[in-house]
Amino acid sequence: MSKARVLVGTRKGAFVLTSDGRRKQWNVSGPHFAGWEIYHVAGSPADPNRLYASQSSGWFGQVIQRSDDGGKSWAPVGNKFDYDGVPGTHQWYDGTPHPWEFKRVWHLEPSRSDPDTVYAGVEDAALFRSADGGQNWEELSGLRKHGSGPRWQPGAGGMCLHTIILDPGNPSRIYIAISAAGAFRTDDGGKSWRPINRGLTSQYIPDPTAEVGHCVHKIAMHPSRPDVLFMQKHWDVMRSDDAGDEWREVSGNLPTDFGFVIDVHAHEPETIFVVPIKSDSEHYPLDGKLRVYRSRSGGNEWEALTKGLPQENCYVNVLRDAMAVDSFDECGVYFGTTGGQVYGSADGGDSWEAIVHDLPAVLSVEVQTLS
Amino acid sequence: MIRVILPHHLRTLAQVSAEVELSVEGAATQRSVLDALEARYPMLLGTIRDQSTQQRRAFLRIFACQEDLSHDSVDVPLPAAVARGDEPLMIVGAIAGG
Repeated sequence: MSKARVLVGTRKGAFVLTSDGRRKQWNVSGPHFAGWEIYHVAGSPADPNRLYASQSSGWFGQVIQRSDDGGKSWAPVGNKFDYDGVPGTHQWYDGTPHPWEFKRVWHLEPSRSDPDTVYAGVEDAALFRSADGGQNWEELSGLRKHGSGPRWQPGAGGMCLHTIILDPGNPSRIYIAISAAGAFRTDDGGKSWRPINRGLTSQYIPDPTAEVGHCVHKIAMHPSRPDVLFMQKHWDVMRSDDAGDEWREVSGNLPTDFGFVIDVHAHEPETIFVVPIKSDSEHYPLDGKLRVYRSRSGGNEWEALTKGLPQENCYVNVLRDAMAVDSFDECGVYFGTTGGQVYGSADGGDSWEAIVHDLPAVLSVEVQTLS
Repeated sequence: MIRVILPHHLRTLAQVSAEVELSVEGAATQRSVLDALEARYPMLLGTIRDQSTQQRRAFLRIFACQEDLSHDSVDVPLPAAVARGDEPLMIVGAIAGG
């Protein structure tokens, strides 16, 4: 019997939501790590019972938890994230040099082939890798030591490395994104990196088409087409057909192209989802209506999906890691809100139901499709 | 034995329910007590002091015998009542946040 397992990170703990393949009745487990901020929970594609969770706190710092039984039990693993060498400085909000300081892990990306290998995207922006199930972490410092590093600046949420995409066909290729440095790609397994921001235009930086400095909010890729990337930038929804070498805007008829999440349908590589947010000054949906927008043409033409979503007085946000898709025949789509709802659609976005209503503010949503 | 009281979230992380009792080699100081605490409960590494710099985390304080010892040298002997186990060493989280 196939099963969906939704992994939810919130401001006050983690929750695991499970259902059968119909995705109508859900069992809710949690809070795990009650009272801690859980920025991300992710499962290994190579062993779905292997989960990793980023647990953090302003008081007690960073903890990484690991489960080997699908989230029934957890154990802390290594939490020593030391930058390689002398970290140097990046730019602070006011443009002055500021030392690189580890704050937390935003995103965990398990290897597609090895349950013990997992990548961590951290604030202040850097990429770490563990090859022993999270016990020890080593920085892939070629990224932070890219010549543009001293010019990187934090976005309002901190200088976070929030997106890690592993190319399924090419283990040497990894994409990452940083707020507010932009997107980068390695083609040699993380030794060297180059910015892939050509085509992005950001009016909030002195040179709107600069090599770095763009506030990329999230990037998504369909595994069957690893050269095609979709990006929700601070403003603008973007697309690249050449592994990020060039981007073009595909915001099209969206009512606002500010937002955080973006994801791709599991079986239709040209079908993408975003949740437009009013503006960077007002982090809630336009007109108080929570609407997912779907494009079946890889962007530009978008349709509003509203069935089952609140269409009045809704002023939540949907944060950058809070959308996921499952891989059932009828693709499921999930997203969480800062109001504590996790919405799910079992029909590719046509209709939605709140799986849970009243969790703490949702930071991240992932889903596993279990056979 | 040195008695240590942990804040709620660290008790949960270390899976202890009340005071922790530790035997400490040599003089009881903040450093030696935290060394012993982390050796017995390695999941607490990094949660009280930075693993590399050994600096106390900013939102934590060290109290004992109605005194705030947070700004004492970590190598100064702790009060005799703590060393004897009559009084606990308290690791306290700042009252802040939502």
